[in-house]
Amino acid sequence: MFIVKFVFLHFVCLLQREREMALRNIMGKRVRIGLMGRRLLSTATCDVESGNSKSINLYSAINQALHVALETDPRAFVFGEDVSFGGVFRCTTGLADRFGKARVFNTPLCEQGIVGFGIGLAAMGNRAIAEIQFADYIYPAFDQIVNEAAKFRYRSGNQFNCGGLTIRAPYGAVGHGGHYHSQSPEAFFCHVPGIKVVIPRSPRQAKGLLLSCIRDPNPVVFFEPKWLYRLAVEEVPEHDYMLPLSEAEVIRQGSDITLVGWGAQLSIMEQACIEAEKDGISCELVDLKTLIPWDKETVEASVRKTGRVLISHEAPVTGGFGGEISASIVESCFLRLEAPVARVCGLDTPFPLVFEPFYMPTKNKILDAIKATVNY
Amino acid sequence: MAFFSKNSRTIINNLKSKAGLSRLMKQSRNCCSMSCLNNTNCCRFIPLTTIPQLRNPDSYSHKKGFLFCFQRFQSTTSEQQFASLPNGEHNQELDFPGGKVVLSPEMQFLSESPCVYNHCYRVLDDNGQLISNSNFVQVSEEIAVKMYSNMATLQILDTIFYEAQRQGRISFYVTTIGEEAINIASAAALKSDDIVFPQYREPGVLLWRGFTLQEFANQCFGNKADYGKGRQMPVHYGSNKLNYFTVASTIATQIPHAVGAAYSLKMDKKDACAVTYFGDGGTSEGDFHAALNFAAVTESPVIFICRNNGWAISTPTSDQFRSEGIAVRGQAYGVRSIRVDGNDALAMYSAVHAAREMAINEHRPILVEAVTYRVGHHSTSDDSTKYRPADEIEWWKMARDPVTRFRKWIEANGWWGSETESQLRSSIRNQLLQAIQIAERAEKPPVNDLFTDVYDNIPSNLHEQEKWLRGTINRHPKDYPADVPV
Repeated sequence: MFIVKFVFLHFVCLLQREREMALRNIMGKRVRIGLMGRRLLSTATCDVESGNSKSINLYSAINQALHVALETDPRAFVFGEDVSFGGVFRCTTGLADRFGKARVFNTPLCEQGIVGFGIGLAAMGNRAIAEIQFADYIYPAFDQIVNEAAKFRYRSGNQFNCGGLTIRAPYGAVGHGGHYHSQSPEAFFCHVPGIKVVIPRSPRQAKGLLLSCIRDPNPVVFFEPKWLYRLAVEEVPEHDYMLPLSEAEVIRQGSDITLVGWGAQLSIMEQACIEAEKDGISCELVDLKTLIPWDKETVEASVRKTGRVLISHEAPVTGGFGGEISASIVESCFLRLEAPVARVCGLDTPFPLVFEPFYMPTKNKILDAIKATVNY
Repeated sequence: MAFFSKNSRTIINNLKSKAGLSRLMKQSRNCCSMSCLNNTNCCRFIPLTTIPQLRNPDSYSHKKGFLFCFQRFQSTTSEQQFASLPNGEHNQELDFPGGKVVLSPEMQFLSESPCVYNHCYRVLDDNGQLISNSNFVQVSEEIAVKMYSNMATLQILDTIFYEAQRQGRISFYVTTIGEEAINIASAAALKSDDIVFPQYREPGVLLWRGFTLQEFANQCFGNKADYGKGRQMPVHYGSNKLNYFTVASTIATQIPHAVGAAYSLKMDKKDACAVTYFGDGGTSEGDFHAALNFAAVTESPVIFICRNNGWAISTPTSDQFRSEGIAVRGQAYGVRSIRVDGNDALAMYSAVHAAREMAINEHRPILVEAVTYRVGHHSTSDDSTKYRPADEIEWWKMARDPVTRFRKWIEANGWWGSETESQLRSSIRNQLLQAIQIAERAEKPPVNDLFTDVYDNIPSNLHEQEKWLRGTINRHPKDYPADVPV
């Protein structure tokens, strides 16, 4: 028993170390890594200042974005379960004190109510920033998101809209989350015309993208990689700034193969890219950022350059968004492709606890696939 | 009637002196009276006389016109009641984070049905005569005549559009027959700034607010003048100008929207409330429960109007719920509620009027249950004689028609006559037939409107798809309807 436990912990630590090292590379230059995942001490924002940027973690960056959003728009509201005291991930710290209980408030434990209420608030021209405590619990709100929010403008002939609605939810593996604290449900939402789905990879990206989502005149689902809440630390400008939606970013230049991903998975993919380089394989890494409507142009341009594609996401491979990207690339770049489109994704199982390291699309799985694709 | 112990009898005797309770206990059936009395949350009535606009303050009747109100923190009364208990130490109050409780060594279950029958408020009897000692909000001749005209117009609108569907001129239709009073009277009691979130059986609210017969027809025919741009089935009306959110076929999803909108109105300190309508079936959906709970917690000025018409397509209310109607559920959520005769236009008007005052001035939600009967089929895709007796439908149509009932009242007041009646009906009929002709001949919206409004701007994938589609249309024009401009 003890040995099993020890071995398990060892693997978990390896996984985390892998992520930690990966994070070093994925983000900006002056980076400080937070402490290891499981027995985390709080990583308060660092004192390191660079111009008007500060080194902060992901939840602090989200928090800053929310502060800015409420500061700049008196008709912005933040609500959800437990947001008043600061939220279970501290993303909403200080908001209630600063902006008052009428604008930042707890809701009853009811996701369909949270989103339904949010739609009504947004329909009256307000910025309704709703929090779903874990993406795993977003499903009761699925009807409101798909049948109501996504179709609100269209079905009314543009007489009405709920564009001011932004739904934030932590998603993804966290090392010990199991079935219901680790899910990546983005694929369900990517199948819904009328909403946008946005996933940031780092603190700096998160602040800018979240502000864009809040201010975008369409309802948006914003998934935050919970693993990175404390672990990812980056220089983040202190001022109000926005990053564009539906624009993918090439975060690493390469010529042999294009890798496409989003969120926390990018740091793992980056690690694989670095190792592949040692074997003389030059990898181009693309952060999709917005999953719908997604930036096909940037991805296609990259594929035309490299002739090979690999997509990686934590969500189960079957029906995952990687399938959409693959089909689209095959349609548009078939003759350029030198090899089949590779997907390195989660397994088709519920997200397991003890078996998490086996389930996850690890650096080595990606590396193997890179080599197989290049040597096809 | 178990649980009568020595202590209990003492309690009853002590409480007999309190206004009305003893009389109510005699009136009540199915009552585990002890459970109610021992309930920490003391029942209190709000007499209608406390609401300013109501007439006949001296006609306060115990049998009619009670608002069954539940005041959660009126601890003064309960303290008084229990202060005189002989064995005080057995019945202490205690503060839990989940609420203040009064402990008791007697095991009591709260009854599954309410202590007292949930009184149903009505003002006009079945013959359109004012019931004596009734409380209601006075309605001027102008408003009353407008109400009646709108109710009659709605009837004719329904008849003609239903026929149009049967003739194959529109694809689908839903009538409001039997529920005209709910539609028109509630709309009349609201103001134009109140935001409406309908289900789909409330076109009368739009009609009251000024939606023209032509506008109704345009939506049903899905032509290019349809504000919805031909995207939805007939009867899915919407008008931002008239503060009437677009109808969607989904049941009860609009109810939490109304709460969010009401919260917005409260934040903006508007003299307005949100109103949402739904049927008895809709109250089984999770969104109903979510919305009532949210409305209570957020203290939002929203009026929930339930058209309890007895049927959800073929499902009678006995298959829908086992509560004593809908109004009783309000109390469970901390929402003040009332049950009204939905076929009594005056009662509906008064109740909604009062509800609106309370919602806006007290920042609270109100639940109004309007009991009625769905005279028509669920829709043109339904034949309700398959699940209910034809003579039941006929009886409600003839003997309990809300329009006739109201007409009798305005006629009795000398405000209406048979001449004005036939003039109105033939005029509306002609207008409608014309509107239909115009709507039918009008062009449909262009195919470009298939792609707009999915987002605020058209994204690149839709530009691609439109290009591809146009190519297909050019190659195979016969696959596509001729009346949709390309």
